[in-house]
Amino acid sequence: MKWVFFLEALLLACFVLLSQVTAKNSEDIRCKCICPPYREVEGQIYKQNVSLKDCNCLHVVDPMPVDGKDVEAYCLRCECKYEERSSGTIKFTIIMYLSILGLLLLYMVYLTLLEPMLKRRLFGHSQLIQSDDDVGDQQPFANAHNVLSRSHSRSNVLNKVEHAQQRWRRQVQEQRKSVFDRHVVLS
Amino acid sequence: MEVAEGVSAATPTEEMNGAGNLMDFLDEPFPDVSTYEDFHTIDWLREKSRDTDRHRKITSKSKESLWELIKSLLDAWSGWVVMLLIGLLSGTLAGVIDLAVDWMTDLKEGVCLSAFWYSHEQCCWTSNETTFDDRDKCPQWQKWAELMTGHAEGAGAYVLNYFLYILWALLFSFLAVSLVRVFAPYACGSGIPEIKTILSGFIIRGYLGKWTLLIKTVTLVLAVSSGLSLGKEGPLVHVACCCGNLFCSLFSKYSKNEGKRREVLSAAAAAGVSVAFGAPIGGVLFSLEEVSYYFPLKTLWRSFFAALVAAFTLRSINPFGNSRLVLFYVEYHTPWYMAELVPFILLGVFGGLWGTLFIRANIAWCRRRKTTQLGKYPVLEVIAVTGITALLAYPNPYTRRSTSELISELFNDCGALESSQLCDYVNNPNMSRPVDDIPDRPAGPGVYNALWQLTLALIFKIVITIFTFGMKIPSGLFIPSMAVGAIAGRIVGIAVEQMAYHHHDWIIFKNWCRPGADCVTPGLYAMVGAAACLGGVTRMTVSLVVIMFELTGGLEYIVPLMAAAVTSKWVADAFGKEGIYESHILLNGYPYLDVRDEFTHRTLATDVMRPRRNDPPLAVLTQDSTTVEDVETLIKDTDYNGFPVVVSRESERLIGFVQRRDLTLAIKNARQKQDGVVSSSVVYFTEDAPQLPASNPQPLKLRRILNLSPFTVTDHTPMETVVDIFRKLGLRQCLVTRSGRLLGIITKKDVLRHMAQMMNQDPESIMFN
Repeated sequence: MKWVFFLEALLLACFVLLSQVTAKNSEDIRCKCICPPYREVEGQIYKQNVSLKDCNCLHVVDPMPVDGKDVEAYCLRCECKYEERSSGTIKFTIIMYLSILGLLLLYMVYLTLLEPMLKRRLFGHSQLIQSDDDVGDQQPFANAHNVLSRSHSRSNVLNKVEHAQQRWRRQVQEQRKSVFDRHVVLS
Repeated sequence: MEVAEGVSAATPTEEMNGAGNLMDFLDEPFPDVSTYEDFHTIDWLREKSRDTDRHRKITSKSKESLWELIKSLLDAWSGWVVMLLIGLLSGTLAGVIDLAVDWMTDLKEGVCLSAFWYSHEQCCWTSNETTFDDRDKCPQWQKWAELMTGHAEGAGAYVLNYFLYILWALLFSFLAVSLVRVFAPYACGSGIPEIKTILSGFIIRGYLGKWTLLIKTVTLVLAVSSGLSLGKEGPLVHVACCCGNLFCSLFSKYSKNEGKRREVLSAAAAAGVSVAFGAPIGGVLFSLEEVSYYFPLKTLWRSFFAALVAAFTLRSINPFGNSRLVLFYVEYHTPWYMAELVPFILLGVFGGLWGTLFIRANIAWCRRRKTTQLGKYPVLEVIAVTGITALLAYPNPYTRRSTSELISELFNDCGALESSQLCDYVNNPNMSRPVDDIPDRPAGPGVYNALWQLTLALIFKIVITIFTFGMKIPSGLFIPSMAVGAIAGRIVGIAVEQMAYHHHDWIIFKNWCRPGADCVTPGLYAMVGAAACLGGVTRMTVSLVVIMFELTGGLEYIVPLMAAAVTSKWVADAFGKEGIYESHILLNGYPYLDVRDEFTHRTLATDVMRPRRNDPPLAVLTQDSTTVEDVETLIKDTDYNGFPVVVSRESERLIGFVQRRDLTLAIKNARQKQDGVVSSSVVYFTEDAPQLPASNPQPLKLRRILNLSPFTVTDHTPMETVVDIFRKLGLRQCLVTRSGRLLGIITKKDVLRHMAQMMNQDPESIMFN
């Protein structure tokens, strides 16, 4: 259980670090001025990578389409907004999301298509695993005793992982039965 | 409460950050005497007393040494640490979800060539080739037709774009439903009805687990990006509660006590709403009003802390590029006029009516899904609904884009800078005034065009949301309801605006609208409409108003929002008292005793208690004359959750109550660990062993698992009082006595069935214990 906590903490730390490190890319700040049509001049959008104190019409609108007297009137109608983003965060998030999605899809393909095929090939081995699933929950506590006593005698990592996976599969099957088949929970 | 002897030796993890090694998570958790079975209700009183015992033990030990003192301080602070962690993780996950949804929604239409991970807006962020009229277009982002064939315009390109849009939508929803089906079936739906039930004391194992958290986050992005008419707010509450459950397991104070765990979950729900809307105070009020069952004041402060941390984390990730938390944050301060209350109240009525219609239609459709063949094809259903949605949504530009963007555009006011169709007013070409002082103008052809497109969008959304909510993918309904309300509000707003312009010599408008002054703000009407529809569906009151004004930042608009919310709640309550979440709880038969229901019938406890006249007599254990074999037979033959213990079958005077699970475990344990305990051993609950001849086998003492203070009422207690006791104390069962002799038992299921019967509902629909 603790490993999940450490993984989360690590991910959070990565996130915070990345957002600090990549926030000050010069391309990631901009001042966007939208100027509506004025007399003969058409509407225009001006963008420049300036900081907050320079984010006004005079600095950003370049070249100025109107002459000296009208500049003030033109600039009054323009609206300038300062915007910031973090391109590193976006890149990191999307790539991380796609990789997690890809991993889940691969695991799903493995569980639904490949594993039954492999099990059919290794027929003898599959009999042993099937019997575990059939014990059922007639005597839940007796089963727990059996499982524990068996695993203590051969306590290596692979065995534990296999048992944990079987337990998880059984839980998901129960959930699937109550949600999809019997419609008992979550209509 | 005491743990039965011998079983405590097998409890898995010790105190706070105990000596568990990496492989412990792989072992099966050993069932403890104090844990509950799946789909059962917890005993609130027992949890509370266990927590008080634990606290007293720690306080008394803290005086012994410095280390114990530090441990007691850490224990006191563990609550705040959990809140901090919940806020951090919820904020991070919400940021990830927002960024991923932003990108994947745009993926249906095109792709950014310079960097594929940018959405449309981000791709065109730095380009200088945007013009005023085509402010969204830039050469780096190309639609699929343009990428594949090189043509950007034309009928062929349109058809190709249409086809690819539908294809992407189908792909996303198919992936979502497959992932839910294979990995975590509990990740579907909104989650709020089940969380309400869990917080009232019900146990659903796995509902707030790690796989559910992972799958819900991943498939929520897919479901929202596929263009379906659903939102992500409800599922975000579920995600936040999963985070809460995850961090509870770090501290034994919360992992071993179901009552304390629910306090943490209440606070986590507040954090979930806070990141969904960017409304921390609204989130706390939502948790208080809608989700939580018991909400002590201590939880209020901690929820606020969790909500703030979550909002702060989301802000520092900064998904929208301008330090705003939610996509539709608007800031205008135009005043509203008293006469506008009439259309606001009309919008409230519309919201209430729509809420009733939606709840009735959705429940009917969900019931059909539960009982007929439709429920056997969840994947096909999702694909069919997505296909229909995509097919009908693409032609209308208002439904083609994501619902959040639609709401954002509808909430925004039209200044001279807007170039959308909705703002195509006829401008006076000689205008030389500054931007904000534009008087009301007549609508140009673009506005009328937009109006009928919006009407079509309204009808489409009303119909399709009924079929979408409740499917086997994560689906929320805040955003679709707000969209329906916003569209209706904007239409009404434009209608009022044009009426004010064309008939400015009527009496109402003469005082209100002066020529040259800002008269009607259609964006405000959209906001009020959104609040009305959301209130009509969920029946939220205070939390709705607070969320809406935190969304908009406009404290001036509290009165219109309140007027609409109150009106919609009144109108909707006139047709049916339950909101959408309570209706789903009733549909599923969860044992949820609503605090809002009033029980006003004059029945007595004898009318409800079991056994009834024709039933077999009450299954009891005696104080010192039952054998182990009798107990085991009793457990095997019946499925009652507990048994009263009486002095003897003749006198029937009550001693206490013993739980079925405790009995099973204690007897199993005794058979294995203690010598001399056989089937004919006598089970006794008294302090001293009964006098038996020496030839009898060794008796078994089970006083430790006996609850010596069960709740009792007399047979003439009115059911009103009994229901109140169940509600306020969170009881599971209550014994009925007369003159000190045990008569029968009332369980929570009996109470719920009785209430359903009194309200002419089907009492057999209450399914769980």
